Amino acid sequence: MSTATAEAVVEKKREPLLSKKNRKLITHPLDINNPITVQVLGICSALAVTTQLKPAFIMALSLMVVTASSNVVISLMRNTIPSRIRIIVQLAIVATWVILVDQVLKAYVYDVSKQLSVFVGLIITNCIVMGRLEAFAMGNPVGPSLLDGIGNGMGYGVILLIIAFFRELLGSGALFGFKIFEAIGLHYTGNGLMLLPAGACIIVGIIIWVQRYLNGYREA
Amino acid sequence: MENLISIGVRSIFVDNMIFAYFLGMCSYLAVSKKVKTAFGLGLAVVFVLGITIPINWLIQNYILNAGALAWISPEFSSVDLGFLQFIVFIAVIAAMVQLTEMAVEKFSPALYGSLGIFLPLIAVNCSILGGSLFMVGRSYTLAEATMFGLGSGIGWLLAIVALAGVREKMKYSNVPGPLRGLGITFILVGLMSLGFLSFLGFSI
Repeated sequence: MSTATAEAVVEKKREPLLSKKNRKLITHPLDINNPITVQVLGICSALAVTTQLKPAFIMALSLMVVTASSNVVISLMRNTIPSRIRIIVQLAIVATWVILVDQVLKAYVYDVSKQLSVFVGLIITNCIVMGRLEAFAMGNPVGPSLLDGIGNGMGYGVILLIIAFFRELLGSGALFGFKIFEAIGLHYTGNGLMLLPAGACIIVGIIIWVQRYLNGYREA
Repeated sequence: MENLISIGVRSIFVDNMIFAYFLGMCSYLAVSKKVKTAFGLGLAVVFVLGITIPINWLIQNYILNAGALAWISPEFSSVDLGFLQFIVFIAVIAAMVQLTEMAVEKFSPALYGSLGIFLPLIAVNCSILGGSLFMVGRSYTLAEATMFGLGSGIGWLLAIVALAGVREKMKYSNVPGPLRGLGITFILVGLMSLGFLSFLGFSI
């Protein structure tokens, strides 16, 4: 009887998974603490896979899975990892998840997996994953770590989809491979610059400009 | 020999790690505020790429490829360890970075002082792992792979020193507030990448 009440008290004290504080873990990375435009992490893949919406979407989803699940695993192990070798432990766990994701992509969406080429493998060295492991999962319990992983994955995904939207629309006049201009009876000649690396960089620059104009963040 | 020079030149200018593939962007943007530190990081990248790509080539061709284990005994010729590629490569890179760090610390404290903080960062620089993955995709020979590694590193060094040079000058320009810092840097990288496009189709 007494143990049961004690447990109930403990249960009550533990904060619910979606408390106000924890909800911030998901909403902050979407805007004021965005991994790409504010923390400047994970830029490589954000620029390379965004010529079309479909690979960008798959990439965002893969990254979210990897970030969330490695956050959970590291958070479970956080008290047993010796701090001197923590980087290699983190890399090994991330690499395991990336191999799993890569095999799944190869099995179910082979064409997109070919299109993403080395960039699925490069999720291992994506600074967002490592950054969240170091900064969050090493010092926080499992629940918040899971939310933090999902939140940062979503923050990355949102920016990826915005970039891909403009690049595919302006570069080839299509969305998800659907020729949108021809469907409404207009002719559109693709702007090749948008498909080049240069176009991607300039679009990211402009997104950062607009975002900082709106939220008032200034760099010294 | 000509082939080697051609691969070197291509990997420095045409297939530049930064301007053509965006690899290693995170540290590229974070450490390009001063030319001196940018040069230090660039040197470390050249060094680590030049070492890890040949090592990963040997591992790929003698251990991981389908049937590559046949040199141990013919009965292994049906084994394909290709799915272990990512984890083995990243382990090699992390180990090499750690070894390099210890060696530099022991034999050249002065160099360690200037590179020190950058060396551990390099393990998670995507251009290193990316270089190894490209090397596998393009089926180079060992000599070509080494050349490709060194060339890619030098290309990265050039790119980061150039950007740092521009950013040092940018401090004196009047950039609109919200664009200052990261925003204008991205646009700069875009313009530099356009410039590097002029090397396209360039060969020896």
